[in-house]
Amino acid sequence: MLQIAFFAFIALTLIGALTVLLTRNVLYSAYALLLTLLGVAALFVFAGADFLAVSQIIIYVGGVLVLVLFGVMLTSKPTTISTSTVVASERSNAILAGSRGVWLGVLLAAGLFFGLSRLLMNAHFALFDQPISKAPTTIDTIGKQLMTEYIVPFEVISILLLVALVGAGYLAKKSIKP
Amino acid sequence: MLSQFGIMFLFILTAFAFIGGILLFGKLLRPDRPTEEKLTTYESGEEPVGNAGVQFNPRFYVVALVFVLFDVELVLLFPWATVFGQPTLIAETGGLWGWFALTEAVVFVVILALGLAYAWAKGYLDWEKPQPQLPTVATKVPTTLYEQVNERYKRPTTP
Amino acid sequence: MNPSLSYSLLFVAAALFSIGLAVVITKRHAVVVLMGIELMLNAVNLNLVAFSQYDPSRLQGQVFSLFVMIVAAAEAAVALALIIQVYRHVKTVVLDELTDLKQ
Repeated sequence: MLQIAFFAFIALTLIGALTVLLTRNVLYSAYALLLTLLGVAALFVFAGADFLAVSQIIIYVGGVLVLVLFGVMLTSKPTTISTSTVVASERSNAILAGSRGVWLGVLLAAGLFFGLSRLLMNAHFALFDQPISKAPTTIDTIGKQLMTEYIVPFEVISILLLVALVGAGYLAKKSIKP
Repeated sequence: MLSQFGIMFLFILTAFAFIGGILLFGKLLRPDRPTEEKLTTYESGEEPVGNAGVQFNPRFYVVALVFVLFDVELVLLFPWATVFGQPTLIAETGGLWGWFALTEAVVFVVILALGLAYAWAKGYLDWEKPQPQLPTVATKVPTTLYEQVNERYKRPTTP
Repeated sequence: MNPSLSYSLLFVAAALFSIGLAVVITKRHAVVVLMGIELMLNAVNLNLVAFSQYDPSRLQGQVFSLFVMIVAAAEAAVALALIIQVYRHVKTVVLDELTDLKQ
């Protein structure tokens, strides 16, 4: 039963990612990205990382995806009327984006996937022979690690966020005079 | 292995993914014969002007930006909160653990609050109201005349 | 989870990374390219988390992917601010039309 759910979530992840690749509508690809992020969060749960799954939802779905949707809506240009005779209000609501170099991209990606899977099939990871964790949750360990071993990255992250807030706020402000 | 919370979380995720799946299957199964009338945005019978995909005002973006950064702060404070007051850890370190963790978190929050204060002081959070454009008409009638008319026909204010 | 399922997680991560790479190469809209980058970062996170389960005392993979997520959020914020600024100047976000420096 658990295995069926596992492979169903793998299918959800890959279908979402493929939809991002194949659709021309930018808003559709944003929603397909949402499906992929949900699938990855579920796979995190299967890999025993429940806190990381929740933070995936909070950071990616609650934060990054919202920003991406804002980016789409902020840069949507009303499609030029000269290209079609239909009145603007009667056209379906779609923000389209084309693609280029399709064969090169697909070839490169397929080659990369082929190479990686050859590598994975021939590999034997010694770590996978270790016993897996029996802890009911990982949040305690992550908290302890953040306060001891990763204390410097923890503080540096706050400075990074400060810099990102200042920089992006400045960039997104209404008028910048060069 | 899967924790109890993990199983619950899988159910929550399935609920969200199910919405997408239902919409997708509906799209695949239903007949698709669009006409111009069907594609029009429904506006209670009014003829809509323009498309729904209008360009947003960039001032929304700054608010979303501030939200995301404090979202991230929240995620980092959750694991801190679970270990901050653990009695075993405090006992092992002779009370030092609590003070250390508290100091680190306070430094973290203060640095981010500095960013919020900067954004506030710079006016990124201000909501710029559009200035109302008063129409000016080239006419010889002085505005005081209008005011006199307004005064004369002023509706008595209800007590 | 037994190791064979962990291996399949690694394959999923490889497929996600390849799809993200294809999105980055082929798409012309700047925001969609950013989505491809997010896909690739997710693939890397999945890889790290798949290994991290066998390291329960330190959980280095999970902490590292937590940091990856946070840096990705900051990166997306700055990148979208840049895209908005570019749109304001050039009135387009299609990457092929941004050729001002070439001319």
